[in-house]
Amino acid sequence: MITLNVNGKDHQLDIDPDMPLLYALRNHLELNGAKYGCGLGQCGACTVMVGDKPVFSCLVPAAAASGKTVRTVEGLGSADKPGPLQAAFIDAQAAQCGYCIAGMIMRAQALIETVPHPSDEQIREHMAPNLCRCGTHMRIFSAIKAVVASGVKA
Amino acid sequence: MKNRHDEVDQGRRAFLINGALVVGFAMVPGAGRAFADTEVDTLGTQVLAPDLPGSLRTNPFLDAWIRIDEKDGITVYTGKVELGTGVKTALLQVAAERLEVTPQSIRFLTADTALTPNEGYTAGSHTMFDSGTALFNAAAQVRQLLLESAARQWGQPVDTLSTRDGNVLGREGRSMTYVQAVAGVQLHRYASADSPKKSPEHFTLIGHSMPRLDIPGKVSGGASYVQDMRLPGMLHARVIRPPRRGSQLLEIDQAVIEQMNGVLKLVRDGSYLAVVAKDEWQAIKAMRKGYEVARWSDGNPLPDARNIHQLLTELPSRRYPITSKGTPDAPAPHGWKTKVTKQYLMHGSIGPSCSVAWFKDGVLTVWTHTQGVYPLRAGIAEMVGLPVQQVRCIHVEGSGCYGHNGADDAAADAALIAMAMPGQPVRLQWMREQENLWEPYSSAMRVELDVGMDGSGRLQHWNTELWTTPHNERIVNAGRLMPSWLLARPFTPSPSVPIAQPEGDGDRNVVPLYDVASSRINMTFVTQMPFRTSAMRSLGAHINVFSIESAMDQMAAQAGVDPVQFRLQNLSDPRARAVIEHTAKAFGWPQKAPGPGSGIGFAFARYKNIMGYCAIAVQVHVQRQTGEVMIDRVVTAVDVGQIVTPDGLRNQVEGGIVQSASWTLYEQVDYDPQGVRSYDWSGYPIIRFPALPRQVEVELIDQPGQPFLGAAEIVQGPMAAALGNALSQAVGRRLVDLPLARRGWQLRE
Repeated sequence: MITLNVNGKDHQLDIDPDMPLLYALRNHLELNGAKYGCGLGQCGACTVMVGDKPVFSCLVPAAAASGKTVRTVEGLGSADKPGPLQAAFIDAQAAQCGYCIAGMIMRAQALIETVPHPSDEQIREHMAPNLCRCGTHMRIFSAIKAVVASGVKA
Repeated sequence: MKNRHDEVDQGRRAFLINGALVVGFAMVPGAGRAFADTEVDTLGTQVLAPDLPGSLRTNPFLDAWIRIDEKDGITVYTGKVELGTGVKTALLQVAAERLEVTPQSIRFLTADTALTPNEGYTAGSHTMFDSGTALFNAAAQVRQLLLESAARQWGQPVDTLSTRDGNVLGREGRSMTYVQAVAGVQLHRYASADSPKKSPEHFTLIGHSMPRLDIPGKVSGGASYVQDMRLPGMLHARVIRPPRRGSQLLEIDQAVIEQMNGVLKLVRDGSYLAVVAKDEWQAIKAMRKGYEVARWSDGNPLPDARNIHQLLTELPSRRYPITSKGTPDAPAPHGWKTKVTKQYLMHGSIGPSCSVAWFKDGVLTVWTHTQGVYPLRAGIAEMVGLPVQQVRCIHVEGSGCYGHNGADDAAADAALIAMAMPGQPVRLQWMREQENLWEPYSSAMRVELDVGMDGSGRLQHWNTELWTTPHNERIVNAGRLMPSWLLARPFTPSPSVPIAQPEGDGDRNVVPLYDVASSRINMTFVTQMPFRTSAMRSLGAHINVFSIESAMDQMAAQAGVDPVQFRLQNLSDPRARAVIEHTAKAFGWPQKAPGPGSGIGFAFARYKNIMGYCAIAVQVHVQRQTGEVMIDRVVTAVDVGQIVTPDGLRNQVEGGIVQSASWTLYEQVDYDPQGVRSYDWSGYPIIRFPALPRQVEVELIDQPGQPFLGAAEIVQGPMAAALGNALSQAVGRRLVDLPLARRGWQLRE
């Protein structure tokens, strides 16, 4: 049994101890946000937050996240009541296929929580681990900047 | 696509059996022509009514598009699918505009072989042109029939009636809903060639940005993708692929895999292998064990990547003459000859291909992110040996595909595995390395140019020899589904046939739109290839526009004329001239590059020479120490006819700029005789945030009342070419081998 605290709630999971966090979230907690992209920590589609850090959930064993707080995009808000970053992504229409977007939002969330006023360069460097193939980067960048500029603590 | 006749016939039969359309088919006007007319459009559908607009040509019945009833209200159907470009929202806007209802009041369904019209593939920037045009007309005609029905019921003249929010309004305060008005209206009828007119200035939805329907769910963890599907009792599967094409399975220890925790079955058919488990992670572990214990024969060797452009000229091929006019061999006072090359590229979807399949009560249902549910259904039915009406393919969104990627093959995998697990739904997803090694690539290509100019700065001849492998290995038989090659009774792909001009294949946009009296253009279509290649966004237009616009810059320099001016003096199409002039003005052309290591480039193309127009100006600089290329500014003007959703158009153009920059600067599939090395993102680097253009400005030129021309691919070629021209200026020599800056420009061999 592994205990995972996800989006503020404890869950007891009977899963293989080597299971990456990604599969525990998707298949055992039925959270769709984190996506399988590469399984290698090269694309960021699976990004979630563990503590205050963005992590590749495809690489972190679920057992290693036990006793820590895990946050996924579902924890930031819903389609009806989006959180500040989610709302900014909707305002900027910052998605094409959108497969990378939940990971983008979680990585951006970690930046906004730890660096109050990131520069453009800091945003670009911070977001570098996450890939988008549709080329939506300019809008993702604008959405993050809009939240930074608003001063709202995301 | 030019299908063989028997395949065409099968598709039509499938369609007729599927819907209610078989009833009365012979009783409607135009039915006689339908049987006589065997024309097939480029997306693999059959033209039944050549005089109708858009996809009404292939699906002429109004009720194939729109149904209205008590139970579901207004339902609108499209045979196209959402690939991440936002077309679902744009199509809904068109239908709502012409039905004169709110978009929210429409139940809008995309491709499903049990429900929607067969529009072939969602590809080639055809969606707005085909399906948008069909809905634009069908919706207006349905609304007119509802008006006429209400007029009859009330005994009022039809031209005194109006509609608002799904109601017909008459004199004396009379009103009825569309559902009431549809009583007594037969929507199962051929559309008319003419539709009620509506002046574009009265559009309230078309031409106005509407937020995309899918984005709120996608930013909040909604079940948006086929990857997110969960069916009751759903099992998880993974495939175990051979090391390369042609490898045969020699042996595998089946017991060691089937004894693993949670594993239900090793599916084995010839060299085809897949594991099925209760849990996804268990399936992945079993797959890994399978890769460890399976032994394979060597398979087909790969060529040496360094010689690929020579090899293209030596492989079995067919030569297609594209253009032959004037006196292409007459000597010209000025000219330029060069050879341009492009490497194999990957679609590189962020989400590896996925499908869910369920074989239940004799029917195989496949949820898939394919671009074409009908062609896929026929291919799968042939592969698994089921009658086509016992296979249903339903489109569910996946990760953006940008063309023919692993979607169809993954659906075939899910189908094969589901047939081995009857009664239980199975979800199959490829791993990253499986996507990279087995998706169809975009062809490596070679272009030889010989351009001549007279003494007054006018183009005199334009001669091109082009070598390419196929760009359209779509699913016209089971053999086009890669998993079928591995079966004990394998299938053989249909012979490769290029998409004909003017759409073109590898030769897409090989003919310059510029005014030129003499030209000889040939395509050598290589039919036996080291890699499977197929459609990737813009097909040959990426390299062909790059080549043409490189030559235009070279000729402008020889003529001593500004490159924008030079283009204008050799171009008469007024809409082409307008995007060029608009871009130049918005950019502030002419500008001098700020200093050494900087460059400014310009380019133009009309996609396929028949669709959207795009001109673009790019400023770059090169970091001297690292060779890193920085894109400082991009300005573009586009004309795609009547704009449906301005923000959606902008999003497509911005995305195309970034994606084309990635292809053009960095991308190539790495391989050597032992195998493909680009099995992950470290072996196939694409653009990341730090290399983003610093400034992108998109100017939209609207053409109210003009046809929808499509937007998704217009910028791929022009961005590549403008980048090439800017970078060539920055480094002081003409760059003709793509990618331009994978390891930094001065570090290139």
